[in-house]
Amino acid sequence: MRYRSIWRKTVNALMLGTTGLCALVTVSVLILILAYLAVKGWRYLSWSFLTQLPKPVGEAGGGMANAIVGSGKLLLVAAVAGVPVGLMAGIYLAEFGGKTFSFMVRYTTDLLNGVPSIVMGIFIYTIVVLPMGHFSALAGGLALGVMLIPIVVRSTEEFLRAVPGTLLEGALALGASRWRGVATVVIPAAFRGIATGVLLSLARVAGETAPLLFTSFSNRYWSPGWSQPIASLPVMIYTYAISPYKSWRQQAWAAGFVLLALVLLVNIGAHVILSRRHSVQRG
Amino acid sequence: MGAVTNLSSMSSEANRGEQLTGRLLRSFEPKFRVSHLNFYYGAVQALHDISLAIPQNQITALIGPSGCGKSTFLRTLNRMSETIRHTRVEGEILLDNEDIFSMDLVTLRRRVGMVFQKPNPFPKTIFDNVAYGLRVNGGHRGAALADAVEASLRRAALWDEVKDQLGKSALALSGGQQQRLCIARALAVNPEVLLLDEPCSALDPIATAKIEDLMFTLKENCTILIVTHSMQQAARVSTHTGFFLLGKLIEFNETDILFKKPLRKETEDYITGRFG
Repeated sequence: MRYRSIWRKTVNALMLGTTGLCALVTVSVLILILAYLAVKGWRYLSWSFLTQLPKPVGEAGGGMANAIVGSGKLLLVAAVAGVPVGLMAGIYLAEFGGKTFSFMVRYTTDLLNGVPSIVMGIFIYTIVVLPMGHFSALAGGLALGVMLIPIVVRSTEEFLRAVPGTLLEGALALGASRWRGVATVVIPAAFRGIATGVLLSLARVAGETAPLLFTSFSNRYWSPGWSQPIASLPVMIYTYAISPYKSWRQQAWAAGFVLLALVLLVNIGAHVILSRRHSVQRG
Repeated sequence: MGAVTNLSSMSSEANRGEQLTGRLLRSFEPKFRVSHLNFYYGAVQALHDISLAIPQNQITALIGPSGCGKSTFLRTLNRMSETIRHTRVEGEILLDNEDIFSMDLVTLRRRVGMVFQKPNPFPKTIFDNVAYGLRVNGGHRGAALADAVEASLRRAALWDEVKDQLGKSALALSGGQQQRLCIARALAVNPEVLLLDEPCSALDPIATAKIEDLMFTLKENCTILIVTHSMQQAARVSTHTGFFLLGKLIEFNETDILFKKPLRKETEDYITGRFG
């Protein structure tokens, strides 16, 4: 008896220790990345890094202003292309979908989410870059846009489903059509969650490199408009980090720090939006 | 339960049928006329051959044990039952001699308002909640809209409590206030009929009393149907009562007759608490 009791206690302690240790490892990975990037990147971060164009090899200084703006433009295209599709599909799944088609859409969405990002890049390369004849911001944005669709679909569906069905019933009982009830009662009730999902999806694709290599490519100057190759932070990091020049590698650290800071800011912002207490404005 | 206790002294069934001759339902002006209504959830039949007339400007209570079909029946009257997939309805329902199944859905639901079991105010302002139906139906704007909102809140006896906070979220109100807000929201489009689906089951006795008082004033202009689990409530508020059991309408009569001298054994068993 006594032996079994000791054995039970030992197993209990062992399992508690193991699971706790794994949880700790998870947290420390992020903290290590953050700390390392902060230490390495912060040192090389400067005002000119944020505001100047890259300098030719051999010249000191210069920055990645074009890549920061470029990433912003790519995300804008991605949002314009992907978010409406994701939102509408999510609304369809949550509010209108039947059984078979919805199952298919849901399943396909999960598969799409699992498509390797480099494959997404090749896909857009084939259907956009080849016909256009050159790399472009548009193609890069599209690649990111396709990548964020499944994320937006699933988060939108989830938040809409969390709205009690009695609300839609109330609207229907007042003579509203299903679409009107969804648009004026259900969606506003889930708005905060849906917006969070969109922000998180943007943060998620902001760091993607592979789909951009074949689509937006990169360059070392300002690219006005949408149909030219455009620089982006992830591709710049990739190019600079594998370069033989020490100053470039230092700038890659700085770029990594900036990218991570932006993504973290969006993440934290999204969670603040979600957790803020419910309030409604007079509309 | 006071009104019900003398039932135990009743003698055999045949005997009672004789006693009650001439005490059957008096004729009335019907608002709804339901004939041979069957309702199916998929393959399961939830309502069996329901036929009855609902008196105009009266309060009709529908009672019966859980799952007896009384809520399902209520929901066929404004065709809310159609919002559930794979349901089927047979039979005829006339609202003022007009077939509701060939009526435009918006028109029907404007004429037949509904209040649900759990208060379901929209996560919007108090004002926007009441204005919702008016906006859906179009027509009211600006001052006219504000007037209509005020009138509805007054009819629902809520105006004095909320007149200074119309711009506040409806979710900040208490449960009883939320339910009266939902009544105000339904009243805003001037319905001829108000369907109440266990409107007090989530409320405390004081809030319940307020809603019952409200029903008496509303029946001046409105035909009211209330589904309730509380037989005391049915006895207090209604003029007519229908007893449902296993998807069938067992008995429909004036409330005091149904509670004091029910014609059917099942009704008597239910109201004396022998089952259900």
